[in-house]
Amino acid sequence: MIEAANLGFEYPDGTSIFQDFNLSVGAGEAWAILGPSGCGKTTLLYLLAGLLHPVSGTITIDSHLLNRPRPKTGMILQDYGLLPWATVYENAALGYRLRNFYGPDGRHAPEDGNIEDIELIIMPWLERLGLSELKEHYPGQISGGQRQRTAIARTLALNPDIVLMDEPFASLDAPTRESLQDLLLELRDEGRLTSIIVTHAIEEAALLGRFILVLSDPPIHSPQIISNPHGASPSFRETEGYMSMCRTLRSLLEPI
Amino acid sequence: MMKRTHVILSALFIIIFWEILARIVALPVLPSPLSVFNALLSDIGGELGEHFLASLWRVLASVTLAILLAVPLGLILGQSERLNKLISPSIYLLYPIPKVVLVPIILLFLGVGNLSKITIIFLILFFQILLLVRDQAAAIRPELIHSVSSLGAGRRALFRFVYLPASLPAILTALRQSIGLAVAVLYITELVATQRGLGYYIYLQGSTLFDYPRMFAGVVAMSLLGLGLYFIVDGLERRLCPWKFVGTS
Repeated sequence: MIEAANLGFEYPDGTSIFQDFNLSVGAGEAWAILGPSGCGKTTLLYLLAGLLHPVSGTITIDSHLLNRPRPKTGMILQDYGLLPWATVYENAALGYRLRNFYGPDGRHAPEDGNIEDIELIIMPWLERLGLSELKEHYPGQISGGQRQRTAIARTLALNPDIVLMDEPFASLDAPTRESLQDLLLELRDEGRLTSIIVTHAIEEAALLGRFILVLSDPPIHSPQIISNPHGASPSFRETEGYMSMCRTLRSLLEPI
Repeated sequence: MMKRTHVILSALFIIIFWEILARIVALPVLPSPLSVFNALLSDIGGELGEHFLASLWRVLASVTLAILLAVPLGLILGQSERLNKLISPSIYLLYPIPKVVLVPIILLFLGVGNLSKITIIFLILFFQILLLVRDQAAAIRPELIHSVSSLGAGRRALFRFVYLPASLPAILTALRQSIGLAVAVLYITELVATQRGLGYYIYLQGSTLFDYPRMFAGVVAMSLLGLGLYFIVDGLERRLCPWKFVGTS
């Protein structure tokens, strides 16, 4: 589904991050990108989102060349993703408001036509994520977990086929993080989503990725992919396989 | 947040203080609040009202002009680092100039009519709004832009859904900060070569006609003009930026 071919990327100051990098992600797969900070994992995610552009090579999604954000790709970021001046409902509905703003042009929004009743789509999502009581609240008034739920509702309400996540649970406390990880896996299965999560937490990568891409210091030439066949299911957390996967990843990340 | 009753009580306190002071001083140059309010009421439907409207019109015209020009420019500068680098040095030099010293120059070039007065107030407000909106737009976190872009927003939608709402509080803060100064400078411009406006009215009553209650009525009217505009900005902020006034959980 996602093909990165001979990808090259460097920062404006000339630091090379990726050189001749190839990656292939199949439809419905669960990926985790793990690595220390500054290794280029967020850069890779932004490249796959179409928010950054490679200096060489190509990214194609479903055989279409990616050169701008794609309406069917959803994104969930760690923080600050919500508009502080908009209520929970308005934030969750933002994707559809943007689509109606442009009209079905195929560039900013899919060509299926304007959505007449946004509320009809958004409210079930808010209920599902336990946010309907908070719909008139502003992001400043709700907890970090509730904010991240709002961001999830906003992204998934648009019915994406790919979800890209950049450390979405990093600023949450452990119980909230675990419950949102479980929720994410549940929603992933229901929507048959292709998911890619960027994380610096070994445990999170082991839990959420069926394939784990381990990045080291840039420039990165060839991907190091760890297969984690039992990952991306909530019960995996309880198993010995999970612990041993964490150990494997830890040994890979240890400074040489 | 201030309570309405507190504001009213403070107003009463000031009036009582004024009354006591007037009785102690017992000179025609400090009339009692009652005689001033009588003068205000009797003249507001006539001459004073006309001067008040002339001043109000000048302020509103400048405010409108300043918003219309400064907001788009501020948004553009806040968004484009390159343009900002190019233009910032000029703003840096021009901003601290006390605009009131430009009054004689502007009067020379633009004449004694409304245009010169509107221009001078416009200049004060323009820089204030420009800087605050620019800084606000520049302070928007890239994460927010990325997340809204990932939902499909292009430049136009970013303006509409991110930059504009983000700069609203900055516009209102700029107005609140500079409305007092704008009215003060308006007073000064109206002292010079004009026969309309509250500044002229106050000067005429005080220095030519020696009608002190009326002079004070003019001062009160000018204060009410500033205060009224301040209240309007406050009310607008509450209405347009409700998210700023809600408590956190």
